[in-house]
Amino acid sequence: MERELRLMKGNEAIAEAAIRAGTDGYFGYPITPQSEIVEYLMEAKPYETTGMVVLQAESEIAAINMVYGGAGCGKKVMTTSSSPGISLMQEGITYIAGAELPCLIDNIVRGGPGLGTIQPAQSDYFQSVKGGGHGDYHLIVLAPASVQEMADFVELGFDLAFRYRNPVMILSDGAIGQMMEKVYLNPQKERSGTVPEWATTGKPPDRERNIITSLELDSAKQELFNLKLIAKYDEIKEKEVRFEEFQCEDAEYLFVAYGTSARVCQKAVQLARNEGIRAGLLRPVTLFPFPEKQIERFAEKVKIIFSVEMSAGQMKEDVMLAAAGRVPVFHFGRMGGMVPTPEEVLDFLKSKITGD
Amino acid sequence: MTEVTGIKDYIKPENLVYSKTRLMTDNILHYCPGCGHSTAHRILAEIIDEEGLQQDAIGVSPVGCSVFLYNYLDIDWQEAAHGRAPALATAIKRLNPGKVVFTYQGDGDLAAIGTSETIHSCNRGENFLIIFINNGIYGMTGGQMAPTTIPGMKSSTSPYGRDTGQMGYPLKITDIVATLPGTYYVSRQSVHTALNVRRAKRALRKAVQYQSLNRGTCFVEIVSNCPAGWKMTPVEANRWMEENMLPYYPLGDLKVPSAETSVIPDNKE
Repeated sequence: MERELRLMKGNEAIAEAAIRAGTDGYFGYPITPQSEIVEYLMEAKPYETTGMVVLQAESEIAAINMVYGGAGCGKKVMTTSSSPGISLMQEGITYIAGAELPCLIDNIVRGGPGLGTIQPAQSDYFQSVKGGGHGDYHLIVLAPASVQEMADFVELGFDLAFRYRNPVMILSDGAIGQMMEKVYLNPQKERSGTVPEWATTGKPPDRERNIITSLELDSAKQELFNLKLIAKYDEIKEKEVRFEEFQCEDAEYLFVAYGTSARVCQKAVQLARNEGIRAGLLRPVTLFPFPEKQIERFAEKVKIIFSVEMSAGQMKEDVMLAAAGRVPVFHFGRMGGMVPTPEEVLDFLKSKITGD
Repeated sequence: MTEVTGIKDYIKPENLVYSKTRLMTDNILHYCPGCGHSTAHRILAEIIDEEGLQQDAIGVSPVGCSVFLYNYLDIDWQEAAHGRAPALATAIKRLNPGKVVFTYQGDGDLAAIGTSETIHSCNRGENFLIIFINNGIYGMTGGQMAPTTIPGMKSSTSPYGRDTGQMGYPLKITDIVATLPGTYYVSRQSVHTALNVRRAKRALRKAVQYQSLNRGTCFVEIVSNCPAGWKMTPVEANRWMEENMLPYYPLGDLKVPSAETSVIPDNKE
């Protein structure tokens, strides 16, 4: 299959990949640093070629509920936003999780809390991997570290969403969204003409009516549904953990980092190795499910683990749970839209080796 | 003295004047005695059946008393979060342009928490039907003040009557959407008398038939009662509604299509 090579922003790559993946509908609301996505789609006019619906909603609240409606019809639908907008969507996201609907949500994260900043951050980790809205649920969370993965994860995200009837979030950040890199794009796929059997398509005489809902007033039945969801999440944890190792074989010091921070850490590993320090990087590609077994294994081998993230240390909690006290875990990161440099990361590593 | 005959003598097809609505399921309605929801459900089910639209209809139910509407009408349904039904319907219709899509929403759902979704879907001229049940109160949560509670009307959160100085004015949202270029047909009806049921059904049927034209949003308000929430008997509630609600929310069409645009194509066969 011939893939087309293009130079694109991460945000543009998502939009183009969405068209090429045969997405049925995109519903979004402008917010920096991801407005290029809806702009790109409006300019590309896929509704004239593939028939993909593109609509600028009146709010993120409306956009995510349009996604609910489209997903309830069994269609491949998606939205994108950035942190404050994703916060507004949380109501819709928990209803989507509760109704077990497949969809794709891209968060091009910016610094918070509140309006915060429009610069890149990774401070929406808790919100993304722990649920985000009310109730016991999880999203499947993919963390791209390149423009290529921004494109590739659209199709992967839809595959996972439909396989598990679960919303999938691509947790990216302003840096990956805004930077340009080469990207290989898949050829145009046809939009699927078929929908799953649970979809609301109008009731033919030969089946029961389909109802999309997250409501169950009978507590015993609701608990059974909660248990069913947990069984689904357990299956996802069993089968869908994705990660990448960089120079981990002989590592004494392990960085755990995703997205932009992983790119910074990759350079920091090289700088450390130049100085004879055996550092390695474990990059979670899925943040839910989290590569806890892999971290657990490294905790038996390495001397220190560093959770490097552009937040106050949100992922560190999951790294510590996986390490379970076997080895010291430190957090290093910058916040507020500041991106750490490889030298800063290396200096922090060295300070912990010498115990400064 | 006429000869006494058994009831069985009358049960013949030629004597049938009324029957259970085919599209109503056997689930027991949870509504309070005298509530207008049951009647509104029934005429909606009748119209969908009579127009042969069971296979084409996709409904969106709200949060409020009619949250379980999906248990009563035998069609495909999606249950929306509070106020968001028009957003769901927007996507459902745009992704399934050949289907007949409608929302069924109460006053709190449509005119308070969902005002934005209501106004913007009507303003975009989304090609679906909004059915709006206005009883001036939050029935399901126990009788709190609604955006449409009329001045002086008592509720559990306006126990001394709605004080417009403190609580603001009732929102005539149907009048607002009638001014938007995106709406095609806007009507206000009631179902508290046999005559009004027939009129409401006529208006609803038109709104359903207009769906095949795809010329914009159709919006039918049904002013209704809430005997339990208003703390009245059903008869008192209907009388109170006539004397107090209807002067504030007068019945009739607010916006009708011009004659040349409203011809319904005969494309059913």
